[in-house]
Amino acid sequence: MTRPIIEMNNVVKTFGMFQALHGIDLSVKEGEIVVIIGPSGSGKSTLIRCINQLEEHNAGAIVVDGAEVGRGRKRATLIEVGMVFQSFNLFPHMTVLRNVALGPVRVRGLSWADAEERARRLLARVGLADQAAKYPAQLSGGQQQRVGIARALAMEPKVLLFDEPTSALDPEMVGEVLDVMQQLAKTGVTMVVVTHEMGFARKVADRVVFMDGGRIVEEGTPDEIFNAPRDPRLRSFLQAVLSH
Amino acid sequence: MSIFDTFLNWKVFVQTLPLLLSGLTTTLALGVTAIILGFIGGLVLALVRLYAKSPLRQVAIAYIDVFRSIPILVLLVVIYYALPFVGLRLSPFAAATSALSLVSAAYSAEIFRAGIEAVPKGQFEAAHALGLSPWRLMGDVVLPQALRIVIPPITSNSINVMKDTALASVVAMPDLLKQATQAQALAANPTPLISAAVIYILILLPLVRLVGILEKRLAVRGR
Repeated sequence: MTRPIIEMNNVVKTFGMFQALHGIDLSVKEGEIVVIIGPSGSGKSTLIRCINQLEEHNAGAIVVDGAEVGRGRKRATLIEVGMVFQSFNLFPHMTVLRNVALGPVRVRGLSWADAEERARRLLARVGLADQAAKYPAQLSGGQQQRVGIARALAMEPKVLLFDEPTSALDPEMVGEVLDVMQQLAKTGVTMVVVTHEMGFARKVADRVVFMDGGRIVEEGTPDEIFNAPRDPRLRSFLQAVLSH
Repeated sequence: MSIFDTFLNWKVFVQTLPLLLSGLTTTLALGVTAIILGFIGGLVLALVRLYAKSPLRQVAIAYIDVFRSIPILVLLVVIYYALPFVGLRLSPFAAATSALSLVSAAYSAEIFRAGIEAVPKGQFEAAHALGLSPWRLMGDVVLPQALRIVIPPITSNSINVMKDTALASVVAMPDLLKQATQAQALAANPTPLISAAVIYILILLPLVRLVGILEKRLAVRGR
């Protein structure tokens, strides 16, 4: 439980003239649930996109499961990192079942039969057993995001990254996705979650990280962050998001 | 002589129909071959242009630009009448197929590129995040979506290739137009030419209609 599965050391990311990350140091232990909060543009999404190299960092080091990633290295270790996207990004030309089974077949080398069996099991787990034959466009946003979670789980990753998984959803569908994530958190999988859902952070996180201006400003247990925030930026952020 | 006897002479039509039909077979063979080769070449060119490393990529860009600039008739005449001077003598069919597919590949490449670029970035990211190899990413995720997007413009391009097959009559290829002019000379009557024109329209009009229907359907489905 104590081995760090993600280690970020002085990670810098720039987009042209704009510096998105200013030397990030972050370590995530196996089985830990880390929730990253912060205002828009604070670099939260960039941070987790660097972990699985959807963005390549410009300086510093990122070690995932014992192997350094990025800056020209092969992606092999990143198979162990699953990702759930804000806009779901399901494959629209495939059935739900095939969306979930594709990765295990193409990357893990499972047969279609085995992968589809695994997919059915996972779809049942996210409450979508009866939707397997449908196409993504036939599902609601909340259902699509649950398929997205099942698709990521099908690869049996050691780390699951969530990039604002409920931000694109209608309010009445946020709950069903958070429920699935909460169930998932109990299974021991490592999760790094970028979200604006403070209730989820408070309830589920082992550790909350607050970012502002491309830096980690404060981190601590949910209790420390929400009940005894030290940095004035964190205080004003919490005031803004919790007051309505 | 009445206008019917001149332009729509039944006797002449019946006499020359076999000649026209043999020309039609050649036209269809030429068109279909050029469309298939242009499709494959265009797909390869588009992928090279989008994803290959620098020198190769520049070659693809240069190819696409040059072959979209040259008139097909000029290219055809160069291939058929100029290449023999360097020892490359092609049959009329080979020369016409080359000219048509070389140009069609360039146009198809730009159509495929637009189709691939129209696939949302999130699709690439989801495929990356799953760990799919670049080939799987293309074959499983991007191309199936891109090909659906480009069906109308690719069909439109295929219609153009079919029409441009008529240029092959310049290099003595016995296609529909060539056979029709031949038949007109033999019969001393323009009916075969009118018949050929009608045959072209009968074959291509449904395809033109199809493009319209496909475009409408794609627009309705939207994204």
